[in-house]
Amino acid sequence: MHNIVFAVIARDLRLALRRPADIASAVFFFVIVVSLFPLGIGPEVDLLRKLAPGVLWVAALLATMLSLPRLFADDHRDGTLEQLALAPHPLGLVVTGKVIAHWLISGLPLALIAPVLGIQFDLTADALLVLTGAILLGTPALSGIGAIGAALTLGLRGGGVLLSLLVLPLYIPVLIFGAGAVDATVSGLGGEGHLSLLAAMTIAAIGFAPWASAAALKIALE
Amino acid sequence: MLEADNLECVRGERRLFAGLGFKLEAGELLYLQGRNGAGKTSLLRMLIGLLPPETGEIRWRGEPIRALGDEFRAELCYLGHLNAIKEELTPLENLLAAARLAATDLSEDAALDALEQVGLAGREDLACKYLSQGQKRRVALARLVVDRRALWILDEPFVALDVAAVDWLAGIISAHLQRGGLAVMTTHQPVDIPAGTVRQLRLGA
Amino acid sequence: MTDRFNLYHYASPATFYPLAGRLIPWFAALAAIFGLIGLYIGMLVAPTDFQQGEGYRIIFIHVPASWMSMFIYLVMAFWAAIGLAFNTRLSGMMARALAPTGALMAFLSLWTGALWGKPMWGTWWVWDARLTSELILLFLYIGYMALVAAIDDPRRGDKAGGLLLLVGVVNVPIIYFSVKWWNTLHQGSSVNLAKSSMAEVMLWAMLLVALSFWMYSIAVAFARVRTLILERERNADWVKAELAGDRP
Repeated sequence: MHNIVFAVIARDLRLALRRPADIASAVFFFVIVVSLFPLGIGPEVDLLRKLAPGVLWVAALLATMLSLPRLFADDHRDGTLEQLALAPHPLGLVVTGKVIAHWLISGLPLALIAPVLGIQFDLTADALLVLTGAILLGTPALSGIGAIGAALTLGLRGGGVLLSLLVLPLYIPVLIFGAGAVDATVSGLGGEGHLSLLAAMTIAAIGFAPWASAAALKIALE
Repeated sequence: MLEADNLECVRGERRLFAGLGFKLEAGELLYLQGRNGAGKTSLLRMLIGLLPPETGEIRWRGEPIRALGDEFRAELCYLGHLNAIKEELTPLENLLAAARLAATDLSEDAALDALEQVGLAGREDLACKYLSQGQKRRVALARLVVDRRALWILDEPFVALDVAAVDWLAGIISAHLQRGGLAVMTTHQPVDIPAGTVRQLRLGA
Repeated sequence: MTDRFNLYHYASPATFYPLAGRLIPWFAALAAIFGLIGLYIGMLVAPTDFQQGEGYRIIFIHVPASWMSMFIYLVMAFWAAIGLAFNTRLSGMMARALAPTGALMAFLSLWTGALWGKPMWGTWWVWDARLTSELILLFLYIGYMALVAAIDDPRRGDKAGGLLLLVGVVNVPIIYFSVKWWNTLHQGSSVNLAKSSMAEVMLWAMLLVALSFWMYSIAVAFARVRTLILERERNADWVKAELAGDRP
């Protein structure tokens, strides 16, 4: 039963590694957006330190959005999606595999690069640690919720813009708790509470979102 | 084994067909004919369970396919007009990945053998984006060579094939019917399938 | 005739079209009556607030509009669930028809909130938990409308929109509580309109205006559903007869 999840992950990772430039572009997008903020608001260290969690998280949301339109679109265009829908497994499991693969190639690299960017904003070691943890915990929820949007907008004109319109409002809780965790650490309150809520959201999103996406894909394939 | 009963198809505002039914037993082939837009592809998509019919029911071994779900899909092989192959993967990887996702057993040797049969020997390890259109179609058809599932649904399988390849594919389909398989297919060009009982269904007549 | 039969009978567009047409004037009249009484009480009868003066009276629009914007989203999600579960055609049209009114109510709530904030705090916008949630609700309405507008096939649009509404309705409480938490953590200002010391007469005025908005929403949604039915069923015989003027 769970073989299908691993089969999909293996296939999607193999495909992504054949096009490493796509992963790199999303990561550089993240780096560039984050680097633009000090240029826009000035180099005052105190201000930057205060803004850092929000800036990094908003940039992470946008970088995740960047790769979402292609989550199902490539498979839809070449007919593979139909074959996946016809596989003798629940489609929700297939989507679970795709969501995990999407996180591995979009969320995980962001979490790895985020501490470096945090240093630019003069975050303390504690804050950097919490920032990385928060992005690690929160980005799977972004991939999951994003998959619903990607499935709903599959094959539509201007799907990419529409996708952000649908998905970004749903990302707000992750943004609030993700940035809140770092904020709380910076102000000395401790970010554990935020991190556990973030983890809860990710578990809920990974459990629930693939089935909603599968329903949306079936609508799109009719 | 495969039964369709009183099917109705509405796409957008048009009713493509209504009251359509047929029965297909083991070793039989159903030829779907009809002009463009008569609903051939829609009917195929109903048979594979992606498009729910407006009214009517499709049964496999006496059970509605909606109720069977995974059990039905485990016996179903669908070839659409899209090739369903990944450009970044090699023909061999494509075959193995497709088999793994469809939960059918396929050894690497068997896959290589199938690729040789479709005339892709020596190109197993070349990414599919470097193949010609005809060669990509052959990669898709190689799936049929190794497929042992009972029901084949084929949408225009002969399009863009040369004469030799058409004969070869007709042979593959015949072998499938001789093994007791069923096939439903659409095609523009009349192709002679040497074995099995051939039934005809004309849409929009 | 059983209730079940009735339900399916009225769920058919051909039956619902004339029924809605007959009901619209009644709902419109009720909206006008409730609105006039409610505003009369709110503007003239309710006492002047000893702190906020006359400016506070905008809450008689603001609070009912906020209530309706949330209520309409729930109603849309309800129709979406019915539509996905029973594959009824009318449900998707109801959800579509309600969306612009819901968005209007959310916008009205934000606008009156801004108008109220300016004299009270000297600023048009405060990042208050309720106003922020209302803004996000407006985004959700806009997302729904953009999605159904982008899908050409109306049945697919209804289904995809319905699914989005169900996902949205699961998320709305999560969003609301996270925004509330965010607000308390950052110690932002709080727009506490509905004070516990609110006079009974003020509550009545708000309830009457809310009823008026409710009736208005039904009337407008029915009118929109009627045009949607005509558009979708333009090839059906009864629509052709209707348009030819066979029926009054």
